[in-house]
Amino acid sequence: MTIPFAIRVERIAKQYRLGGRVTINPTLRDRLVELLRRRGAAAVELLALDDVGFEIQPGETVGVVGRNGAGKSTLLKILSRITEPTRGRVEIYGRVGSLLEVGTGFHPELSGRENIFLNGSILGMGRREITRKFDEIVAFAGIEQFLETPVKRYSSGMYVRLAFAVAAHLEPEILLIDEVLAVGDAAFQKKCLGKMGEIAREGRTVLFVSHNTAAMLNLCQRGILLENGRVTADGRIDDVITEYLRGQQVSSPRDLRGHEDRQGSGRVRFTRVRFEDEAGEPTEQGVSGRGLTIVLDYETQDGRPLPNSRASVTFQDGLGQALFNCSSELVVRDPINLPAGGSLRCTVPRLPLSQNRYLLTLFLEVNGEVEDWILNGVPLDVVDGDFYGTGRLYPDGWRGKGVLVPHSWQVAVNDEDGKWSAGKE
Amino acid sequence: MKWETTRIEHLVIEPSSRWRLLDGGDLWRYRELFLFLIWRDIKVRYKQTTLGAAWAVLQPLGSMAIFTVLFARMARIESDGLPYPLFVFAGLLPWTFFANAVGSSGNSLVGSAHLITKVYFPRTIIPAAAVLAGLADFGVSLTVMGLMMAWYRVTPGPGLLLLIPLVALTTTFALAVGMWLSAMQVRYRDVRYLIPFMLQIWMFATPIVYPAGLAPASLQWVLAINPMSGLIEGYRAALLGGLNGAAIDWVRLGAATGVILFALLLAIFSFRRMERTFADLV
Repeated sequence: MTIPFAIRVERIAKQYRLGGRVTINPTLRDRLVELLRRRGAAAVELLALDDVGFEIQPGETVGVVGRNGAGKSTLLKILSRITEPTRGRVEIYGRVGSLLEVGTGFHPELSGRENIFLNGSILGMGRREITRKFDEIVAFAGIEQFLETPVKRYSSGMYVRLAFAVAAHLEPEILLIDEVLAVGDAAFQKKCLGKMGEIAREGRTVLFVSHNTAAMLNLCQRGILLENGRVTADGRIDDVITEYLRGQQVSSPRDLRGHEDRQGSGRVRFTRVRFEDEAGEPTEQGVSGRGLTIVLDYETQDGRPLPNSRASVTFQDGLGQALFNCSSELVVRDPINLPAGGSLRCTVPRLPLSQNRYLLTLFLEVNGEVEDWILNGVPLDVVDGDFYGTGRLYPDGWRGKGVLVPHSWQVAVNDEDGKWSAGKE
Repeated sequence: MKWETTRIEHLVIEPSSRWRLLDGGDLWRYRELFLFLIWRDIKVRYKQTTLGAAWAVLQPLGSMAIFTVLFARMARIESDGLPYPLFVFAGLLPWTFFANAVGSSGNSLVGSAHLITKVYFPRTIIPAAAVLAGLADFGVSLTVMGLMMAWYRVTPGPGLLLLIPLVALTTTFALAVGMWLSAMQVRYRDVRYLIPFMLQIWMFATPIVYPAGLAPASLQWVLAINPMSGLIEGYRAALLGGLNGAAIDWVRLGAATGVILFALLLAIFSFRRMERTFADLV
């Protein structure tokens, strides 16, 4: 039997009622009060998804991007039948496995062995299927010695490894994944990404929601961009991610006060970002091979000084992939104590970037707590300059890819007596 | 894996209608998860507590001792010509099962919020698994009942066979009440506090510590509309009928069966109607 598509989503909408007075979990009293004064303020209706439609072919790996609240999770919840659409229709051909979280249904009192069976069956595996894959799961998680130990005694690392191991052995034809990679240490994340790549290459249909644009670029061919519950872009993953990152940039490029899309406690905020050239003159762009200073103005809410701080600026390419990171802790030996308001200056003496548009991520941490973090928020245009001092420019097709690295070349000639000596051209 | 997927599953997701019964095919597909959930509930219960299965014995035995002192010794309640401990235990046995099953299944959905918001499965199996897991305790205390009957030299008659439909009816009723309460609790968190209170009143509105005949005529209607009273009397007649010659009141049992099946139907409709919003509200 040939199937016309793996997933077809037709004009679905999801409406949530957020009451002015009507709370999400009304108690009986709320209900009684509501009954008594009927016709109160109408509940506010929120359209989490609005007229969303697309079709996914078998074997496609699709990444769904969008900022928080754009409707990504609601979409996944509808596709995995956790909640119903208010309108519209979805058709799916194939067995669906959804991973909205790893370790769903793990019970702390039960042993590793018991949890493998419980979690496996919650994810939709049959008992026989789990028995067949049991040894593989245990080996992947690396918990052989702790099989009979209740998982409440596991370290958090072991717990996550076991949870992911079960999930990774799910073999549905269609896999829906939400942010699960945001768990575990770097090595394990890498292992997970590897496993996901394997799944994608096996020809399964994968729908993947994440903030990790780098992972998406690696795993997905196609991207769908959701903005305010609507599909605003659907196409090649690089194009969609570029589009998404464009939307994330600060609206007036230098003023950060009104920028909403940021994380951190909010006690300290970057208020402005400025660029200066080698002479200390304000500039709007960087030049390859010349010095660039990034000036970050910041303010504290409570006017208290900031002990033991760390700031960093990450340079990323147009797709959000990190190129290099300038972190204060790498170059300043002593703890940095900042005054309550002021500017931070980060100077790159020879900007190692070719002509292109880049994105900067700004980060500030005080005493180990993240205060402000603007991801891919600030665009930086770089124009070609004489980085190598030869007057040659980075070739066209290479622009914007990677960084420029100082280097040299020698030619060696083989002497008659068999010794190598450097010759100069 | 090819041999596993020769038949391609086809699924349509649409806003569902408000009135629907259970989806049998869906329930069948998730039967293994259902069994796993029952197994988990039993396992966790016996693992978490130091005394484990002993609680299944101690709980009704303790109540029996208290009620015997209170009602038989102090209030001198008569007990249909049966030894009071035996009389009251025969009532406490099904009641404890029913009350525990309703309690745990009534709280089960909210307690499984982490599952409901992350994975799909027919939601009905959550309260149902909680009820069926209670049967393990019931089995244990049934053995105690057997020992007590041996102690009082009660020889059970053929009426004992009636135990099978009686247990089935009690389970069904617990499922109906538990299912409905669990769905209500997703919407109204007050239900959590209402359940123990409701069960306590219900217990005294059921002839457990006293014989049905003792209730004043003006209150007999309470016993008549309460299916648990028909069931409890049925249990007593089935287990102890050989001792006092009490016959099974078929009319009352039939009426109870009717009420229970009606309650189940109502519970299913109401649960399925509320089910659509569980993941959004819980």
